Amino acid sequence: MRYEKPQTVADAARLLTAEKGITRVLGGGTDVLVQLKAGMVEPDLIVDIKALPGIRAIVAEAGGFRIGAAVSNAQLGEDAAVRAMWPGVVEAAGLIGSTQVQGRATMAGNLCNASPAGDAVPALVAAGAVARVAGPGAARDVPVEAIPAGPGKTTLKRGEFITSILLPARPAKSGDAYLRFIPRTEMDIAVASAAVSLTLNDHGVITAARVALGAVAPTVRLVDDAAAAIIGTKLHDDALAALAAACSAACAPIDDKRGTIEFRTEVAGVLAKRAARIAYTRAGGQA
Amino acid sequence: MSSISVSTTVNGDPVDFVCTPDESLLDALRNRMGLTGAKEGCGTGDCGACSVTLNGRLVCSCLVLAAEAEGAEIATVEGMAGPEGLHPLQRAFIDHAALQCGVCTPGILVAAKALLERNPDPSDEEVRYWLAGNLCRCTGYDKIVRAVQAAAAEMRSA
Ligand SMILES: Cc1cc2nc3c(=O)[nH]c(=O)nc-3n(C[C@H](O)[C@H](O)[C@H](O)COP(=O)(O)OP(=O)(O)OC[C@H]3O[C@@H](n4cnc5c(N)ncnc54)[C@H](O)[C@@H]3O)c2cc1C
Ligand code: FES
Ligand code: FES
Repeated sequence: MRYEKPQTVADAARLLTAEKGITRVLGGGTDVLVQLKAGMVEPDLIVDIKALPGIRAIVAEAGGFRIGAAVSNAQLGEDAAVRAMWPGVVEAAGLIGSTQVQGRATMAGNLCNASPAGDAVPALVAAGAVARVAGPGAARDVPVEAIPAGPGKTTLKRGEFITSILLPARPAKSGDAYLRFIPRTEMDIAVASAAVSLTLNDHGVITAARVALGAVAPTVRLVDDAAAAIIGTKLHDDALAALAAACSAACAPIDDKRGTIEFRTEVAGVLAKRAARIAYTRAGGQA
Repeated sequence: MSSISVSTTVNGDPVDFVCTPDESLLDALRNRMGLTGAKEGCGTGDCGACSVTLNGRLVCSCLVLAAEAEGAEIATVEGMAGPEGLHPLQRAFIDHAALQCGVCTPGILVAAKALLERNPDPSDEEVRYWLAGNLCRCTGYDKIVRAVQAAAAEMRSA
């Protein structure tokens, strides 16, 4: 195994493209090192991206925020401006692991590790976040929901990696929230999770919404039917019931020791309802 | 596997060492630098016995590659006591019997120090959440929380 820490994006892409064997991009390493230790992967080349220009910066852009791919979740959580605009995303990233893990783990790594249970991913999907992908060709922008391809697999091509994630601008009267179910209160993997982002008009009617579910399908799911169930409503009980039903209908979970299919399907709907209420209140609505 | 030479700073002192590309910072600290305070409880980020700070951030040294230490500032439990003696946290852990076998203790001390630098007056709940990634098989955590609070009170009045 070789370890490289390139200083430019072009060099990083060149290294990743030129290597014939197995490569791993190294962000915070909280998945990569565990996988190395377990012998799950034996890379020929590790490319540490943490020295690339701007990769650890949070920059205001077009009314939103561009989050460098190597920004740790601890750093993200300390940014009051991002927290104010996208509290659900920041909270989701903040749920990942312990204080020690927070000091290293990144949202880009959570996304590219492509676990169906990654906590930052549903919140990013609900937020309409966009990943900037660098590689041998020109940089391209990809909606985050198009990155995971299945457990442990992404749609990134050979030599490609994420340099930043854009959290877009949002209209006034918007809010987002993320909730997960775990058997403990800390340090556990989501059994089911839900993220909701929404915008209200002056009368408290939802005009736009995005709903995403985690840990209930091979990849995080953006559920258009669930968003449609609450758009045009003030989130009254019938709208919440329709939201939960649409979420449960979108579930295709596995059955394992952490949760049965029935449990995950039901809980995903319940979490979506609760997350929607929090997002609604954050947007300034009277629930 | 080729070796990598690394120049870093540990507890304020410049250190040079050679490591393999897949070696963890924890292994380099223990086996190359002789700093055996940080312990390997799990090697997978779950127990916190290997806690150190890397450029001021609390991390699990088992989840950091030794090669990543190039140019970095690392602090371990070995750097906690000053010329005047033990750090207030170290004294409080002894006074409150907040350790038994002591395997978790170096990691908890480093983690608690990082907490008090950010938040000199934490609630018990804040202490428990901050230390959730530091597992102890012996003490039951209560004495640990009380020791951290005692040290925090002493440091605030200092
Ligand atoms: C104790 C512990 C607790 C944890 N708890 C949780 C939890 O509660 N919830 C949760 O979701 N996860 C959890 N995790 C998993 C892990 O911390 C997260 O998935 C984290 O977000 C990974 O980020 P990273 O920067 O450390 O990724 P890395 O380990 O650096 O990388 C992860 C994967 O993504 C790739 N990658 C990284 N960055 C990029 C990039 N910029 N472009 C392309 N590919 C990239 C890597 O090659 C690798 O395949 C936990 C891990 C540990 C050790
Ligand atoms: S040895 Fe590093 S967390 Fe357990
Ligand atoms: S004192 Fe034994 S593990 Fe904590």
